[in-house]
Amino acid sequence: MTIDVNQFHGVFFDESDEHLQDMEQLLMTLDVDNPDPEELNSIFRAAHSIKGGSGIFGFDALMNLTHVMENLLDKARNQEIQVTAAIVDIFLQTLDVLKDTLAAYKEQTELPQDQIEASIKVLEETLARASGQTADDLQESVHQQDTSAQSNDIEGFGFFDDDEGEAQTAVSETQSEEIEGFGFFNDEDESSHSKPQTEKTANEAQDDEGFGFYAPENLPIKPDAEQAAQSVPKQPIVKPVKPKPKAAPKEAASIRVDTTKIDAMVNLVGELVITQSMLSNVGQEVEGQIGERLQLAIDELQRNTREIQESVMSMRMLPVNMTFNRFPRVVRDLSSKLGKKVDLVIQGGNTEIDKSLIEKLVDPLTHLVRNSIDHGVESPEKRLASGKSENGTVILSAEQKGSSIIIGIIDDGAGLNKERILEKATQNGLPVSPDMPDSEIWQLIFQAGFSTAAEVTDVSGRGVGMDVVRRNIESIGGRIEIESSQGEGSAFYIHLPLTLAIVDGMCVSVGDQIFVIPLLNVIESFQPTKSQVKTLGNDKVLWIRDQYWPLVSLTQLMQVDNGVIEPTKGIVVLLESSKKRYGVLVDSLVGQQQVVIKSLEQHYKKVAGIAGATIMGDGKVAMILDADSVAANCINIPNEEVSL
Amino acid sequence: MSEAALQQAVSASQENEFLSFVLGEEHYALDITTVKEIRGYEQVTKIANAPSFIKGVINLRGDIVPIVDLRIKFNVGEATYNDFTIVIMLNVHDRIVGIVVDGVSDVIRLSEEDMLPPPEFGVAFDSKYLHGLADVDEHMVILVNIESLITSNELGLVETKTQAVEV
Repeated sequence: MTIDVNQFHGVFFDESDEHLQDMEQLLMTLDVDNPDPEELNSIFRAAHSIKGGSGIFGFDALMNLTHVMENLLDKARNQEIQVTAAIVDIFLQTLDVLKDTLAAYKEQTELPQDQIEASIKVLEETLARASGQTADDLQESVHQQDTSAQSNDIEGFGFFDDDEGEAQTAVSETQSEEIEGFGFFNDEDESSHSKPQTEKTANEAQDDEGFGFYAPENLPIKPDAEQAAQSVPKQPIVKPVKPKPKAAPKEAASIRVDTTKIDAMVNLVGELVITQSMLSNVGQEVEGQIGERLQLAIDELQRNTREIQESVMSMRMLPVNMTFNRFPRVVRDLSSKLGKKVDLVIQGGNTEIDKSLIEKLVDPLTHLVRNSIDHGVESPEKRLASGKSENGTVILSAEQKGSSIIIGIIDDGAGLNKERILEKATQNGLPVSPDMPDSEIWQLIFQAGFSTAAEVTDVSGRGVGMDVVRRNIESIGGRIEIESSQGEGSAFYIHLPLTLAIVDGMCVSVGDQIFVIPLLNVIESFQPTKSQVKTLGNDKVLWIRDQYWPLVSLTQLMQVDNGVIEPTKGIVVLLESSKKRYGVLVDSLVGQQQVVIKSLEQHYKKVAGIAGATIMGDGKVAMILDADSVAANCINIPNEEVSL
Repeated sequence: MSEAALQQAVSASQENEFLSFVLGEEHYALDITTVKEIRGYEQVTKIANAPSFIKGVINLRGDIVPIVDLRIKFNVGEATYNDFTIVIMLNVHDRIVGIVVDGVSDVIRLSEEDMLPPPEFGVAFDSKYLHGLADVDEHMVILVNIESLITSNELGLVETKTQAVEV
């Protein structure tokens, strides 16, 4: 399992790098006098995501630091403390430490332990001080700086900005000079009293190194001088100057490419396929020897284009296991931490989904799985007491259904607590009533800052998780549904759209239009005889395979002109959807082919009965039927007009 | 700086280019920066249950783009389709929409002063979708606020949910 997790380290590093960059950008642009709560929220969420991810992979140092950072950010976004330039500086410098730590994990070199500890200390001090911030406190803290020599540079910055007394400015000025001197080993007086410390740290480092020698031999042995210099950062936050242990840069086994570039390529290849089929139409008209040679070349081109298309498509599609495989470790670590027994079951891991969706699924899934274990599954004693097996089960499942992919996170725990949610919602001033349908009550947990957990742990309970989950899911055009019953467990279903998936389709013609029916839904097709068609009220039904099948006319449903309406004159395709089995009446069958699903929603909106559109060989647009939606929209309300 | 020079400077900086087009008897114009391209009308693929003014969708180099016939929507002119029927492809808020018009006439430059407030009645468009009126070569040109029209619920091109996200 370790190997499996390792292969996802790269993704985590890349994502964390992005999160750090985001945070940095947001912090740089943050308006200190009038901070935008949304920006603070974003910074907070980024920190939260890094914390979550580092928890999964067991990067404890990273997790500890982000946890403290998050505490401070939480206060800031809840406006419990006033964000000042000094605090922003502290955050920025913490980010630097985070970057170094991340790099150390990435290169598998020694962690900048001292820096991390120092950062945590600074953050904690700031947190403590900021909580009860008064002028006196501030002044006091300045004097503390004299001895602590930890964060005085930061404070110094703070005071340069503030209108505090001259004396204090002087203090901090001396401090920062001192630090500078310290860094460059100047002979000036100020630095003299910091020297012993340098030596001390150097000694410490050597001690550490001594231990290090017992560690595996592949540990790089560095010269003492470098060691000393490296561990000098007792005040790392104020000293970005430090020799970085540079491991030889590794060859990149993969490159990250902007998905928009791939999208552009997919579109271009689509155009290429269309051009190619136009060319082959022309080629068929050429006769004689040249025609034969042209035909050979066109066949070759056709093969090549198909291969290009396939490889471009495969660039984007990945098995959902890429995401799921992270979770056995999460579940194991978390359940042992919480003293719970949880079995993880993974279903449908080979379902292929778009790469961009995979990347964006990681955060929400992590939150949901952690939530299920933390809040859902009960302790073994409780489970036994309520007559359940000692081990709780969490199921992660993925399946393709019609035009969407459904990812489920299902646990057999206690279920959501309706009373608690309603109580909390009332506290938060949300308009609720106990008569609300369950599904609406469950949706309340996606409100920002909504948490029914009694205390904040590093697992969950801050109320940020579900907020992030919903935002992430919605940002990729999905939605999330909750089913829950008290005492039996809860299930979260993430419905994702099938953007840019390929579907094997049966092309049928109706009037002058072509429709694509996903082959997945097709049972068979045939020309009905008069005796098979029965009339039931205003509706027609088919008697075949010893049962009655509702019959839907695609001409009427899709409002096509000049399509066949009389069943015996057309072809009936029998379909099976998750909801119903029925037949659709079409004019004729055109053929079977793989089509690329294109979103109608990108420039228009969702259309009932339609999963998407595709572009046919002649450049025309064809609609792809959504068997589920046709069943839901048409068959249960046979006599009404289909409304959008 | 003299008053006149100042005014000139202001007006020069605020001069905008509009693309004028014809719907029936009336002359309209829209902000040229929203225009992606102009092309001839081509066969569309119909969309079921769409209002009659949404003709259908076309393939615009891999994008599935809806085509709206403003003549039907605003009941001006006659909705005929021939070789001279023009579609203006617009790019509004990252969405591409094609609008069918009777013809494209000219690119006109207008400054703020040239724009007169829109009338409350007498124009097929609701005044909230108008920037105003302008007098160009003795024609009255109606300046359409195409962004608000395309994203409005009236055309139903944008799902209400998506609209909320975009705002």
